[in-house]
Amino acid sequence: MKLELRKITKKFGDFTANDQIDLVVESGTVHALLGENGAGKSTLMNVLFGLYDADGGEILLDDETRVFAGPGDAMAAGIGMVHQHFMLVPVFTVAENVMLGHEQVRGPAKLLDLEAAREKVREISDRFGFHVDPDAMVEDLSVGAQQRVEIIKALSRDARVLILDEPTAVLTPQETDELLEIVGQLRDSGTAVVLITHKLREVKAIADTITVIRRGKVVGTAEPTASQEELASLMVGRDVSMTVDKDDATPGEPMLRVENLTVIDEDTRIKLLDGVSFEVRGGEILAVAGVQGNGQTELAEAILGVVDAVEGSVTLDGTELMGRSIRDNLDAGIGFVPEDRTEDGVVASFTVANNLILDLYDREPYSKRGAIDPGVVSRNAEEQVEKFDVRTTSTEALTGSLSGGNQQKVVLARELARDLKLLIASQPTRGLDVGSIEFVHKRIIEERDKGVAVVIVSSELDEVYALADRIAVMYHGRIVDIVSPDTDRDTMGLMMAGAHGDEEEAA
Amino acid sequence: MSGEEKGGAAEERTPNEPEAASPADPETAPEPPRADAPGDPGADSGSRSRTVLREILESSTLVVIMAIVASLAIGGLLIVFADEDVREAATYFFSRPADTFQAMGDALGGAYSAMFSGAVLNFNANDFSGVIKPFTQTLTQATPLIFAGLGLGIGFRAGLFNIGAQGQLLIGATLGAYVGFAWHLPWGIHLLVAIVGCALGGAIWGFIPGFLKARTGAHEVIVTIMLNYIALNLVAWLLTLDAFQREGSDNPITPIVDETAQYPLLLGSDFNLHWGFVLALACAAGVWWLMERSTLGFEFRAVGANPHAARTAGMNVTKAYILVMVIAGALAGLAGSAPVLGTEKVLTTATAGSLGFDAITVALLGRSRPLGTVMAAILFGGLRASGPTLQVQAGLPVDIVFVIQALIVLFIAAPPLVRSIFRLPAPAHEKEVAA
Amino acid sequence: MSTTAVETSSAAAGAEAPRTKSWKSTIGLGVVALLSLLFFGFGTPTGVQTTFTIARSSDFIELPSVTVPSRAAAVGLSIVALLLVAWVAYRANQYRKVGIWLPIVFGMAIMGALLTWAGADRSTTTIQLTGLLTSALFLAVPLVFGSLAGTLCERSGIINIAIEGQLLAGAFLAALVASAVGNAYVGLIAAPIAGALVGWLLAVFSTRYWVNQIVVGVVLNLLVLGLTSFFFSTVMSDNPNLNQPLNMPDIAIPVLSSIPVIGPVLFDQNLLVYIMYAVVVIIQIMLFRSRWGLRMRSVGEHPKAADTVGIKVNRTRVRNTVLGGAIAGLGGAFFTVASGLAFGKDMSAGKGYIALAAMILGRWSPKGALAAALLFGFADALQQQLGVIGSPIPSQFLLMLPYLATIFAVAGLVGHSRPPAAEGIPYKK
Repeated sequence: MKLELRKITKKFGDFTANDQIDLVVESGTVHALLGENGAGKSTLMNVLFGLYDADGGEILLDDETRVFAGPGDAMAAGIGMVHQHFMLVPVFTVAENVMLGHEQVRGPAKLLDLEAAREKVREISDRFGFHVDPDAMVEDLSVGAQQRVEIIKALSRDARVLILDEPTAVLTPQETDELLEIVGQLRDSGTAVVLITHKLREVKAIADTITVIRRGKVVGTAEPTASQEELASLMVGRDVSMTVDKDDATPGEPMLRVENLTVIDEDTRIKLLDGVSFEVRGGEILAVAGVQGNGQTELAEAILGVVDAVEGSVTLDGTELMGRSIRDNLDAGIGFVPEDRTEDGVVASFTVANNLILDLYDREPYSKRGAIDPGVVSRNAEEQVEKFDVRTTSTEALTGSLSGGNQQKVVLARELARDLKLLIASQPTRGLDVGSIEFVHKRIIEERDKGVAVVIVSSELDEVYALADRIAVMYHGRIVDIVSPDTDRDTMGLMMAGAHGDEEEAA
Repeated sequence: MSGEEKGGAAEERTPNEPEAASPADPETAPEPPRADAPGDPGADSGSRSRTVLREILESSTLVVIMAIVASLAIGGLLIVFADEDVREAATYFFSRPADTFQAMGDALGGAYSAMFSGAVLNFNANDFSGVIKPFTQTLTQATPLIFAGLGLGIGFRAGLFNIGAQGQLLIGATLGAYVGFAWHLPWGIHLLVAIVGCALGGAIWGFIPGFLKARTGAHEVIVTIMLNYIALNLVAWLLTLDAFQREGSDNPITPIVDETAQYPLLLGSDFNLHWGFVLALACAAGVWWLMERSTLGFEFRAVGANPHAARTAGMNVTKAYILVMVIAGALAGLAGSAPVLGTEKVLTTATAGSLGFDAITVALLGRSRPLGTVMAAILFGGLRASGPTLQVQAGLPVDIVFVIQALIVLFIAAPPLVRSIFRLPAPAHEKEVAA
Repeated sequence: MSTTAVETSSAAAGAEAPRTKSWKSTIGLGVVALLSLLFFGFGTPTGVQTTFTIARSSDFIELPSVTVPSRAAAVGLSIVALLLVAWVAYRANQYRKVGIWLPIVFGMAIMGALLTWAGADRSTTTIQLTGLLTSALFLAVPLVFGSLAGTLCERSGIINIAIEGQLLAGAFLAALVASAVGNAYVGLIAAPIAGALVGWLLAVFSTRYWVNQIVVGVVLNLLVLGLTSFFFSTVMSDNPNLNQPLNMPDIAIPVLSSIPVIGPVLFDQNLLVYIMYAVVVIIQIMLFRSRWGLRMRSVGEHPKAADTVGIKVNRTRVRNTVLGGAIAGLGGAFFTVASGLAFGKDMSAGKGYIALAAMILGRWSPKGALAAALLFGFADALQQQLGVIGSPIPSQFLLMLPYLATIFAVAGLVGHSRPPAAEGIPYKK
């Protein structure tokens, strides 16, 4: 079945996620959709699968325009999707998950025909060499196995177009190879496969055609014979790099020392952070680069104490931070700008003034002997709002009504209001407009110049290049290397996308 | 029910998380904050262009009023339906419809006037004190509701569903009553110690679910409901002990609390209103200060609104939960002081009555804010006070009051429902009282 | 917390990491078992006996009364409880959970010890075991229906605190309709309708207006209480013929009811009890083996996944909540037409909350809920019987048992308890 997307456009408010995207996928081919995080790939697929309504453009199957009101329609038309975040019920068995929604029943009581479901699972499983036990409980399966269950689920509905959304993000190298083999088999059996990914090695290994998306637009198509460097540069772009006016850093003594830090996911028991060690000196900015999901978030959170590390030590100016309360660590001089500002950064229903003192409310001069002084709080708010150019109607406005950029400024203002030894900022300019980005960058440099050790976590290469004095690239929970910002983008892109790392691992 | 399993770090996953059952405010989810709209006009410039009328129509105060109206209307329907005369006249409706309407009018008129003269002013009384007595009764009935409603309100704002006011009240009343009749302290001190006893009893009963939630993640809704019944049985048993019974009697009723431990009357012996009412108002002020001005209250509100951000900002969420439950329990215990040290002056198994559950409706109607709670308590206190008069004058059981109460709260909980009934416009974005 | 996990360099995702062993259950149950050993076991004087009567004159075989040496029996049962605790500890050490059966059997052992101790050295009275069991089953009826109702609602994602109100509404309408028609059985048809109505209100407020489900449940209970009490005091007292104590007679199933011990208990009850058996079996089967059950559970565990395969989440929730309400309503008929009583204010007297407790203890499965409900029913019957023969434990403490057990359950002291993952969260697209 031939799939075509014509001029698909999708907006969320003022943000254009997909901008006039064209895509053609012939049956029996693997079409890779390549792009960074936030490029718009997943949105596009959600539109195709009927989870979103497109604002413009059309979908054609076998040259016929189709409209999907929901996933049910899409599935009935033969489109199957393996989501990045699995849509599997953890407490059901494989067979139950596969049959959900189109169950076969038997007998007068219309009970589930589990045997038929098991048969179906086994049949598809054998066809592709999956080795999946239909009666296994999904939550007990490895991530790779769960993914295979998702594929079986799609195939059991006779999918003729199969969309795989970042399938290898959660797989080990061996599992990745197995998956690529499966994709090949699917292609050979006539299925049209759309592979959404940012991993260059896989794209080159399996794709027949490659479309590169960046910032919601198609920026080019390529053949798998293109070099990794070419692909990487298409993907990350040759934007005019954001230049920030900054003097050279004059780093002082080592301020932050991280040794062998390890964080483990409780449920899957996978090492999210694997023996990470590095040092940051006062007055320098270390940018932690890498594609999201490689352990950067956990690194930032483990230093503060938001997540518990199982091993390792973190010292700030000589004081051991591990095992202490978040409060104590903040008091030791850490400023923390969390990655998810709405969830962890601000209380949306609090006023701007109150969010500005969220971790200061019980210190002088904001409060004395347990009583908050509203006058001091509001004067502080006026000052900060002015200093940080927070666009708000008043300091008593609800923080939730501010734009993302302004909310981030509130968080920043709050953290920078204290005397800091270490500033940790995770994705500090995500979702911000250009003006706010500039502002935030300037303030971060200012902190550095005061002698504060700064750790920035960012998946935006532009930002990394603009701010960093040193860059640590993370991949699979480890630091691949710490390099200088003179490193060229292509090398950087390769390190981030696993090419460099994979070669090392394969060795 | 969602019982948290993750042991010590009783962090709630967001609903579903099983964060499910503890939103900050047990009302409808407010419209999502327009976080990513750059150049948001915001409240001020918006209201410049809106007319005052529009603002009134969109206000949540109007919703509250209309909810009350709707509930009274439905209550009226019930009254009419239950009235013997109306049903009799209805059997021959088609031959003499006027009779039915007459009977309906009589029934409704009788009911509403009984409510008024039972709760507000009684114009049939002989003297001035008789005329205003109903209102004083309303305030008297409101007293325990204020206390308990305040406690529940704190809990709700901190994201905790404390359904245990009934049990906390009872245990508080028990301890306070015991101090009142078993100890004999001089005037002034005795009352104080008894009041403290009430608060202490409630605090202990509130500590248990708070502690369990902090340590084991046990969901406070279930624990508090269970503790209500445990308290009931515990007190029932205590009342079989000699220490709690009157001399020479086997009845499950305590001796009368010493005079030195009773709340003095506020307006003289013609009225039942006692100083507990003043204490309740003082507590309301105190709770206001706690929640709006104190660092502790700031923590409570932050934890209730967004436990993740609170934690990232260094607040100790589990400690907050325990403290909230202790304070809420103490306030509920103080509610128990109203019957045992104020109106009844004895303890029986019926002392708590339905106060605990009424307090929930008071807190919900009052939006968990002290001022709202006081007003809601007065409203519901009035409904309760009108009970005897409804019975005597209009022949209606006091249960109609509970029906109206529950209906009001149901309507309040679903503003869109009220709006659609009365064709009120929905606001552009729901304004929450700023924390 | 990112769900995109990162692989390790080692092949399998099995990095060794410290896990936490949960000793809560061991401690909780252990304390209870020890107390039982001390008070019931060693607290029983030596040299006395307890007699259990189990025969009835209509049995096939008349079994003689069983007399046991009290101390030995009580100690023995406590030791059984301790052995169970040892099993819990063993499993905890292996990071594994224990089955639903364990707390139930544990409860039975403890209560057996209690019974033996209470009935020790009573030459004139015996423990009427059959009577006890019959009462237990009978008293468990509203609990079973209520906990089944709760299970249905919560399995599809809606927290149902309004079981109490549904029971009461069912009791009310059953009495009303049965009295009006003059036939107790007709009440059985009316009762579910009342419960369904309450369930519908719960469903609508939860899915359409996204009101917090606990709040709705509590308020609905108040509303039903107020309404039923109101009509009781007005319409019913004006028209006593609308509130008659009608009764459904016991129907003894031939042959089966003569089996010693369990015969009269299980097979000589009224129609509502037989319906209960059927409902439990049907729901147990349908919940886990039918399409309806599969879809319902998916909606309660992972509504997004269900949505992506085309299942209508909110519609499923509403339907199942209404059904649950109906079942609870049917259980409410127990209070009136199945007990031969006229309706009275607040007849359900908190049984709805015990049913909630049974559902939790039974881990949201019909079988478990049944077992837990029977356990609580047994405690209730025990309390009544001990009241009759006079016992050293105040009845109020026995009445507290179900509530204490529930607190133990939600605190994780009786094993791992996991509610449906998505319950209580409104599904918004």
